[in-house]
Amino acid sequence: MLALAKMRKQASIGYWAATPNPTCIYRSLRHVALMRIRELLIVGAAFCALVQPASAKTIAVSPGEGAQERLQEALIAAEPGDVVELAAGRFKLSDGLSLDVNKVTVKGQGGLETILDFSGQQGAGEGLLVTSDDVVLKDFAVENSKGDGIKSKGADRIVYHKLRVEWTGGPLATNGAYGIYPVESKDVLIDSVFVRGASDAGIYVGQSRNIVVRHSTAVENVAGIEIENSFDADVHDNIATRNTGGVLVFDLPNLPQMGGHNVRIFGNIIVNNMTPNFAPKGNIVANVSTGTGVMVMANRRVEIFDNVIGENGTTNIMIVGYRFPFQDPKYDPLPREVSIWDNQHSRAGWDPKFRGGAEIAAAMGGSFPAIFWDGAGGPEYTPVIQDDVPALSLGLKDVAADTAMAQPAPLARATSRPAGLPTIVLPEAMEAAVR
Amino acid sequence: MRFVVPFVLTFAAAVATSAAPDDPAAIAIAGPQSPATLSAFGFFDGGAARPSVCLIPYELRTPLFSDYAAKQRFIYVPEGTQIGADADGKLIFPVGSALIKSFGYPAKSGELNVIETRVLLHQAQGWVALPYVWRADGKDADLRVGGTRVPVTFAHGGDELSVNYSVPNKNQCKQCHSAAGNIMPIGPVWQNMAFPRPADARAIVKGAPALARLQPYPKWDDSRTGSLDDRARQYLKVNCGHCHAPQGSASNSGLFLDGSATGAAAVGVGKRPVAAGRASGDLDFIIAPGQPDQSILIKRMESTDPGIAMPELGRSTVHEEGVELLRQWIAAMPSNTH
Repeated sequence: MLALAKMRKQASIGYWAATPNPTCIYRSLRHVALMRIRELLIVGAAFCALVQPASAKTIAVSPGEGAQERLQEALIAAEPGDVVELAAGRFKLSDGLSLDVNKVTVKGQGGLETILDFSGQQGAGEGLLVTSDDVVLKDFAVENSKGDGIKSKGADRIVYHKLRVEWTGGPLATNGAYGIYPVESKDVLIDSVFVRGASDAGIYVGQSRNIVVRHSTAVENVAGIEIENSFDADVHDNIATRNTGGVLVFDLPNLPQMGGHNVRIFGNIIVNNMTPNFAPKGNIVANVSTGTGVMVMANRRVEIFDNVIGENGTTNIMIVGYRFPFQDPKYDPLPREVSIWDNQHSRAGWDPKFRGGAEIAAAMGGSFPAIFWDGAGGPEYTPVIQDDVPALSLGLKDVAADTAMAQPAPLARATSRPAGLPTIVLPEAMEAAVR
Repeated sequence: MRFVVPFVLTFAAAVATSAAPDDPAAIAIAGPQSPATLSAFGFFDGGAARPSVCLIPYELRTPLFSDYAAKQRFIYVPEGTQIGADADGKLIFPVGSALIKSFGYPAKSGELNVIETRVLLHQAQGWVALPYVWRADGKDADLRVGGTRVPVTFAHGGDELSVNYSVPNKNQCKQCHSAAGNIMPIGPVWQNMAFPRPADARAIVKGAPALARLQPYPKWDDSRTGSLDDRARQYLKVNCGHCHAPQGSASNSGLFLDGSATGAAAVGVGKRPVAAGRASGDLDFIIAPGQPDQSILIKRMESTDPGIAMPELGRSTVHEEGVELLRQWIAAMPSNTH
C-alpha cells in the first residue's frame, strides 16, 4: 500500500516532466505484450484488406430479441457503400436509432412488410436520425415514434423512397411532430412515401435547399407537406388529403436560414383537408385554419399550378404574412411574387376557420373565395392569379392587423405572369437510387 | 505463467522504452480498430475504482445532469506531451490523448457501482467516442457501440428512484459531442474544472500560463459563486449548450444556449417554438419572462416523455434541483423583456 501511495505521489508531481515517468511506463507494461500481438493482427488485417479490397457489403438484420442493439450496431458498423437490409417483420425498438455513416442504404422489404415499431421507445427525439451524406432510406415503415419519425440533419443528398411513417392511432395531439423531417440539408429527394398522423407536418423540409417532394401521400396530419425556410423546392404529383392544411410554404423568424424562396407546387391533388387542427397550441401550425388547401406564408417566388384543389372548407389557396411580433432585422414577414395558374378548383370556403372569415363569407353570399391574400404590403405584393375562380384581398393594412378588420376587395385576374422557375435537378445518383 | 511473466515484462520494457507508440494506450487510442475491452487502454487496473496513476482526475464545477449518476472524469495525455488551451479556456489536447468518464450510482455499501465508462480518443484524424459497459464482476468493460439500457435503483433525497439508465450508442455520443459534424470534447473548459490533485492544475497552467488569469465559472448550485442569472446561464450552457449552439446538433432550432447568443430571442426569451411539436405543450414561448409555468423550457425539462423531454439523451428522470434553479431564473425576469 505504501508503495502504491508513493507511486501515486510521484505520478502527480512528476507527470509533466519531459522525461518519461517510470510509474506510467510500469503501468503500461501489463498490456504491452498483448498489444504487440494485437498490432500484428491489425497489420495482418490491413494486409488482407490490401490484397482483397473491401467492397460494398450487405448487413442483414432481422426482428426479434435484441433488435434495438443489433440494428443500431449494424448502423454503426456499416461502411460507405454498404446496405443495411432489414428483414420483413416487426422490429420492436426501445430507443431511437441513428445513422452517421456516409453512402449507406437502409432497405427493408416494403412499407407494409418491414416495420420499425417505436411504441416502446424510451428515449431520443425521433425514431431514426440520419446525420451523414448520400444516404438512401427505402422500403420500410416507422410506426408510433414518440417524437419525429425520421429526421435527417445536415444530411446532403438524402433519398427517402417508398417509406411509410405512421402514427397508427390517426390524428392525435399526442403523436410526434414530423413524419419525414430533413433539415439543414442540400439536395433532398422524398419520393413515394406515405405519412399519416403527424401532429405538425407529415412531410417537413426545413432550412434546406434543392428539394424534390413527389409521388407521396400525406393523410391526417396537421400539415400534409410543409416546406419551411427553404430554397429551391419542387413539390409535385403528391396527394394531400384529410389533413388540416394540405401543402404549406412557410418562412419563420429567428432561425439560421431564413428568406424561403423559389418553391413550385404543381400537379398535386390537394383535397378535403378538413381534419380539425390537432396541433398543440404554440406550434406555428396550430394557427393553420382547418380546411386549408395551400398556404403560403412569408416566402418569395412561389408558383402554384396544375394542381387539383378542392373540398377545403376555409379556402383552397391562401397567401399571408407572418402575423406574430418578432425581433429579427433579417426577417421579412411578407409573401411576394406568388403566381397561381391552371389549377382545377372545386368547392372551397364554406366554413372559413379564422377570425372574421364567417362574416366575409356571409357578405359574399355564403362562401369564402377559393383564393385569398391578406393584402399586407400593398399592391406591389399582389399575387399573380390566373385561375378562373373568385380571389380576394383582405386589404389588411399591415401583416399583424386583425383579420376581423378586413376590407375585402376582389383580386383581378392577371393577364400575364413572370417567366417560370426552373425545374429542380438533383444529382443523378439520387435519381438512380429510386429507379 | 509464473515463468512467462518476467520474460514478457523484459520484452515489453524494452519495447516501451524504445519508442512511445508502443505504449498500449497509444496503440489503443490511435485506432483504427476500436478495442473490444476497456482494459486494452490500460486506464484502469482491473476495476473502475482503480484508475491508473497516469490519469489526471478532474471534476466539473457545473456538470451535465445524467439521471443523478455520479461521474468520475480523467484525462490521459501521452508521455512528454503538454495540454494547451485556447483564449476561452478550452483545453487543447495533443493527438493520442483520451478523456475518460465513468458513470455509476452509489451502492448500499457506499462504493460507487460503475455502470459504464465512456472514452473520447484523440486520433490523428479527429476525436472518436466509444462507450464501454462494465461486466457484472467489475473487472473489465466491453465495447457496446450500439448502446444499451441498464435498470438502476438508487437513493435520492430520501426517496428511492428507479431509472432505465441509458448507455448511449456511439452515434448518440456524437450527437452531443458534435461541432459542425465533428466529434469534440465538451467538458474540459478550464473555468469549469477542478483538480483534486493540485499538482495537476499547476502543471496545466505551466503549459498554458494564460489560464491562470481566467476566473472560475459559477457552480450552478452554490449561490456564493455567482448570481442567479450567472448560475442559470451556466447550467444551460453545460446541460443544453452542446447541442443548442450554432454548430451543434440543435442548430436548426435557432435557440442557442451555449453563451453565443446575442439577442433575447436566441436564448429563448419570447421565442416561439419551431419544431417542438407536441413538446410545446400548448405554450407559446420557450421562455415567457416572469412565468416559468408558461415556459416551454421548463415544461420540457420537467417531462420524461421522449417526445417532449429535453435534453433528448441521457435523461429519464427529472433534475428537480436544476428545474428549480431555472424556475427561479425565469420568475425573476421582468415580464416586459420581450
